[in-house]
Amino acid sequence: MSALLEVAGLEVAYGHIEAVRGISFEVHAGEIRTLVGANGAGKSTTLLALSGLVRARAGSIRFDGEELLRLKSHQIVDRGLVQVAEGRAILTTLSVKENLELGAYRRQDRIGIASDLEKVLTLFPLLHERIDTMAGNLSGGEQQMLAIGRALLARPRLLLLDEPSMGLAPLVVQGIFRTLGEINHDGLTIFLVEQNVRQALKIAQYGYVLETGRIVLADSGRRLLDEPKVLEAYLGG
Amino acid sequence: MEGFDNFWAVYSNLVLSIGINALLAISIWFTLSCGLLAMANAAFMGIGAYTAALLTMKAGASFTVALLGGIGAPLAVALIIGMPTLRLSGVYLAMATLGFGEVVRILILNAERWTGGALGLNGIPQLTQWWHVLASLVAVLLVLWRLRRSRVGRAFEAIKEDDVAAALMGIGVMSHKLLAFALGAGIAGLAGALNAHLTFFIGPAEYGFERGIDILTMAVLGGTGGLAGPVVGALVITLLPEFLRSFRNYRLMINGVILVLIVLFLPKGIWDPSRVRQWLKRSRRGMPDNTAGVR
Repeated sequence: MSALLEVAGLEVAYGHIEAVRGISFEVHAGEIRTLVGANGAGKSTTLLALSGLVRARAGSIRFDGEELLRLKSHQIVDRGLVQVAEGRAILTTLSVKENLELGAYRRQDRIGIASDLEKVLTLFPLLHERIDTMAGNLSGGEQQMLAIGRALLARPRLLLLDEPSMGLAPLVVQGIFRTLGEINHDGLTIFLVEQNVRQALKIAQYGYVLETGRIVLADSGRRLLDEPKVLEAYLGG
Repeated sequence: MEGFDNFWAVYSNLVLSIGINALLAISIWFTLSCGLLAMANAAFMGIGAYTAALLTMKAGASFTVALLGGIGAPLAVALIIGMPTLRLSGVYLAMATLGFGEVVRILILNAERWTGGALGLNGIPQLTQWWHVLASLVAVLLVLWRLRRSRVGRAFEAIKEDDVAAALMGIGVMSHKLLAFALGAGIAGLAGALNAHLTFFIGPAEYGFERGIDILTMAVLGGTGGLAGPVVGALVITLLPEFLRSFRNYRLMINGVILVLIVLFLPKGIWDPSRVRQWLKRSRRGMPDNTAGVR
């Protein structure tokens, strides 16, 4: 199985601060992979670099064989690499429907968009009920669903998620992760960045542990869950 | 009919000022609607005014050509200075654009051979008719109303709310910001060109910091939520001092107090579509709406 996404020697710096110090990883088609780590490890920076919102200083990002490093963020969306940003990034003054429609901003195929909208609303029935509500009036969990739904409307080939569990109640987090599992089961490849290490490693086939800008561990999700270092550092012994 | 003629003889300038101020308020409202606090609109107005006045006075161009020049020149300048400055956000963009405004004012002041320096340009032909102002206002409102409902308008709204999220949806953030900035400059330039051919005289002091603040006040006071906001704001800001004439020396003081009260009690501006909607809903049901005011 060849890699859909191949990242090699990626370095990102904000001025003198090196946030990501030469990391390499890959994501294969059809799987869920995760990048876990504590606050400030460089997880979000890595994702922003993948989406072209932060320029990498060195390295390469190959998506389906094509180098993305010099592309603009909207061109990267066109290639099918779509990110659900941290903190949900909902457009609070627009309705749920308008938010979802904006997800399909780059697409022209009206029929495809309509059927994808239908799919997203079946996936998240709660959004269906609140389709005309202002997005700012949704609960945190609903907003996260909306953010994921909006990204799905861009018809991604690889979905990037930045801490979908952030600030949500455990039950809500479980629901979100169950849905991510379903989406993946339907064939979408997912790259998940998380601080909620246990949930992330449970759902992912393979995981990387990031510490101060470097990948320190890489193994299957199940084995990482049993890894003493991971247990000690992230899962409270 | 005679009554109207009398009214028009006295107040035509005031009425046309409302129209021109409305155009100015719309010009900054438009950049604000893309999330940009750019304070260069007074300077763009100046560039438009001088370009148009020089075209009619020195080049003998027709009024149509002068108006087109008054739109085109600031638009082109905005494209050039927009590329580097629109990377800035929030207050930093406001500072950079204010700085640009000062540069323009000083350039006008020193290019004496063309602009007359501090003495300004005198004897501009009075070509602006009432219907020029009305037609410009209606045309600009129509174009922007259409634009807001288009893909571009949606993109503006997304950028205003969260430009990272907008970029992640595949919206070209920089190109949209540049479009908003340049179109806003064009509208301000049109207002300047119309104004120059109405007032007979223009000078560099008219396009400085104070004018910039006036323009922003009209837009914010009127409300940035909808297109009607800046028009309402221009109406209030232009007419209020006239209604307060009887207060003589206290006029500007009372004017200021009223503005402060409006901002305190209507923080989203006088024209706030969501408040109007709620108000309508409430009066239809005939009882207070409990869900109102949650947001």
